Parts: sequence; structure tokens; C-alpha cells
Amino acid sequence: MKEFLLLFRNDYKSMPASSPEQLQAIMKLWMDWIGSIAAQNKLSSAGNRLGGEGKVMRSNNVVTDGPYTEIKELVGGYTIVKADSLEEATELSKGCPILQVGGNVEIRPIVPM
Amino acid sequence: MQETQLIPHLFRTEYSKITAVLGKLFGFRDIGVAEDIASDTFLAATETWGLKGLPENPTAWLYAVAKNKARDHLRRVSLFEKKISGDLAREKNWQETDIDLSDQNIHDSQLQMMFAICQPCISTEAQIGLSLRILCGFGIDEIADAFLTNKETINKRLYRAREKLREENTEITMPTAAGIRERLEAVLTTLYLLFNEGYYSAGSNIALRKDLCLEAMRLTHLLTENEQTATSGVFSLLALMCFHSSRFEARLDQEGRMVPYEEQDTGLWNQELIQQGKYYMQKASQHNQLSPRYALEAAIAFCHTSREDTPQKWERILQFYNQLLRIEYSPIAALNRTYALARANSPEEAIREAEKLQLNDHYLYHSLLGHLYTGIDNAKACSYLERALQLARSEGDKRNIADRITKLGQKD
Repeated sequence: MKEFLLLFRNDYKSMPASSPEQLQAIMKLWMDWIGSIAAQNKLSSAGNRLGGEGKVMRSNNVVTDGPYTEIKELVGGYTIVKADSLEEATELSKGCPILQVGGNVEIRPIVPM
Repeated sequence: MQETQLIPHLFRTEYSKITAVLGKLFGFRDIGVAEDIASDTFLAATETWGLKGLPENPTAWLYAVAKNKARDHLRRVSLFEKKISGDLAREKNWQETDIDLSDQNIHDSQLQMMFAICQPCISTEAQIGLSLRILCGFGIDEIADAFLTNKETINKRLYRAREKLREENTEITMPTAAGIRERLEAVLTTLYLLFNEGYYSAGSNIALRKDLCLEAMRLTHLLTENEQTATSGVFSLLALMCFHSSRFEARLDQEGRMVPYEEQDTGLWNQELIQQGKYYMQKASQHNQLSPRYALEAAIAFCHTSREDTPQKWERILQFYNQLLRIEYSPIAALNRTYALARANSPEEAIREAEKLQLNDHYLYHSLLGHLYTGIDNAKACSYLERALQLARSEGDKRNIADRITKLGQKD
């Protein structure tokens, strides 16, 4: 079993605000999806959400406001799963709730050092 | 005859107390001696009381005899060491050795013995076996019964375990605060497994299974009586055991056959145990929680103490399982989660999820799919149940599945 990083991206700024009930429903979708992966014994870490603000440090100690504002999409969070192959890890991403709101999931193998 | 009823009960409780105190006194080097003295004391009791009748205070009688035998042993050891090894430095002043059988010392010795036994250097089965012998006063026969094996296996297992603890120079003392943090998990795991032996065991000796559960609860309760070991996890574990035990009378019918939850007579559910469980859950929330695992299991068990069938109840249970599986995966939790999913979301979604689980070797997996497909695709349900029947091991489980297959056949 290898580990894979799932990065969740969406254009959060252009998403409409959600009501408390909608947020509740969205929370359940995420809990159930992560739970589903955990039930298959393929969850390494449920991961976390990422805050909207950020910075970018470049060479010569140049710091700009981040995340990368020129790109519409933002990485909103991450999860780490276990699978035998990239295909299997990608299969796990199918139920991700972010897909229902126009977002996407990037799946990358973690290469231990 | 009053004597014959009193002795087995007395044997259990007092044997474990005497063994714990003497065990602590002699250390693992001579733990066998401690056990022997306790056994000899009860042998003497059986013989003497049989002839002369019960003494006024049976417990005090037992303690007096045990103390004398212990002093005799210490004297012999001391004389041996003086004469043979000439080791004056090791001479114990045996006349003054006080064998303290006060409530406090009994309590402390049992607690310390628990920590001493639950060591990673011996297997968990050995830990449970040794706990049953030394801490719970179970006979070798009974332990063999509990593990569905024979006396020779148990004797070997316990012998090796004592040897290992002796080799490691395991001390029977109260661990430091850091030591408690480190070892409490192991102790709780042993107690949890001990409880499960009684709760889930395939053995048909109902009285024995109940005793295992009660002993696990008694020892867990012991941890709550000591400030250093009364952690949130301990209270949660105790709550969990209370909730499960509350259904003991209703779970098994006269033949030791499992009565499914849905069919149990709720009038037989022990409300007092449920209240106790709630009390312990509250105590758990008052302490800092290091690992929520037992708290989650207790919360789920609490949900099951009421048989209301609302989507909200199943949604709660589903979310508890989601959290539990994130902390620690187990096939049983995965299967139970899927069942909750069927009730909270939909059977169709649960079927899709179940098929991803890949637990083909577990009879419960096939049993669950059999249940989920019932009413949706009875042919598939039947084939899953047949597979479950092949894999099931206990007679009770086989009969339950066979019943379900028959009922399915009647529907078509």
C-alpha cells in the first residue's frame, strides 16, 4: 500500500453563500465520504481544510499575498489515502463532495524520502 | 448445604485479593508461591469447614490462615538462604513481616498487579489468561473454557507468561504518572478484550460468560477508584461495558443462542446498568480526553439502549462510526457503519458501500449483504446468506442464519 495526497480545488470566490442547513448537508457529505474511505481501511489521514488567506515566499525573500491570486482556483483542503496504485486512489476520489459543486480533486503519489 | 454455595463465591473474590497482596509481597519471582498459598488456604477451608462448619467470620479465617502460610514460606526462605547461601544481607525479618490484608492494600495490590500483568512483552491472550488467574481467581478449567481450548494449553501459556515477567524483572508497583500514561492503554485493551470474551464468546457456558463480563467491569471500576488512573478513557470503557451488559439477560435464550437485537424483550434490559453507564459517560466528559475511541464506542452503545427507530438516531450512529473508523479501523466497525448507513441514508447506498469493503472471509460481511439485499434482490440475498452459513462457526450463529434463509424462501 502506498500513500496518495488528494488536493481539493475549487473557485471558492464564485461560490454562492450557503445557508446553515446547506452547510450541514455539505458537512454530512464530507463526513460520509471520508468515513467511506476509512471503512475500506484506505484512509491514512482525514487531512484538513485550508484557510482562505495565505502568503507566497519567493526567491530573494520576496513575499506576496497568496494564495496565487492569478489562478481562480484555490486549494481548499487535503486528505491522504492508501492504495496499491494511482488508479485505485483515483477511484476513491469519485465520491468526493467537491465534485458536486464544480471543484476537482488532484491525486498525487507521495514519494517517501 | 450452605457451605458448598458459599465456598465457590468466596473463592473467587478472596482468592484474587489474597493472591494480589502476596503476589506483590513475593514479586513475580515467586508468584507461583503466592497462587499456591491462596489455593492451599481454600483447600484448608474446604476440609476444616466441612468438618467443623462455617466459622463466624469466614473472610477473617481465610486471611489468618493465608498470613500464617505466607509467614511459614518467608521463614523457610530466610532459613534456607542463611544456611545454604550464607547470605545474611538477604535475611528477611520474617517475624515482623506484616502481611497487610487491609482494604486499602488489597485495592492497591490489585491495581499494581493489573499494570504489572498488562505488559507488551507477553501476548494479549497471556495477559488476559494471567489476569483471569491472578486477579479474578478463575480456575484453569474455566480459563480453558473461556478460550475454547484445553487445560494443557492454558497451563503452558500461563507458565511461559510468568517466566517472561520474571525474566524481565517486572516489578509490581504503582507506575509513575508517565508510566501510567504509557501503560494504561495496554491495561484498557486487556480489560476490553476480557469483556469481549464474555460478551461475544462462542462458548455455551452462559454463567461463565457473564462472570467474565462482571470481572472485566470490576477491574475497570478499580481503575476509577484511584485518582491517577481515573482517566476519561477508563470511564468511557466502563460506560461501554455497562450499556452492553444491560442487555445480557435478553441477548441469550435458554440454549445460549443469540437473540437478535430487534427481537429482544426490552423488558429484560437492565435499566439500572443503563443509568450507571450514563453516569460514567458524564464522568468521562469531565476529564481530559486523550483518545476518543472508547467515548465513541460508548456513545454508540448508548444509542442502542433505546430501540426507537428514527433516521436521526441512525444518522448519529453513522457519524459516530465515521469518526471511530478515522481513529482506528476494524472490520466490525466497518460492517456496523454500513448497517447504520443503510438506515440513515439508503439500503442501495449501503449495498454499494458494502461491496467496497472486501471482507469476504468474514461471515458477518455476507450476513450483512444478505440482509441489505432482502427485499431488493432476494436471490442475491439468499446466495450471500448461504455463504454466511458456510463461514459461521458457532451453532447459535448458524441457526440464526438458517432461520433467515428459511424466511426468505417463504417470501418468494
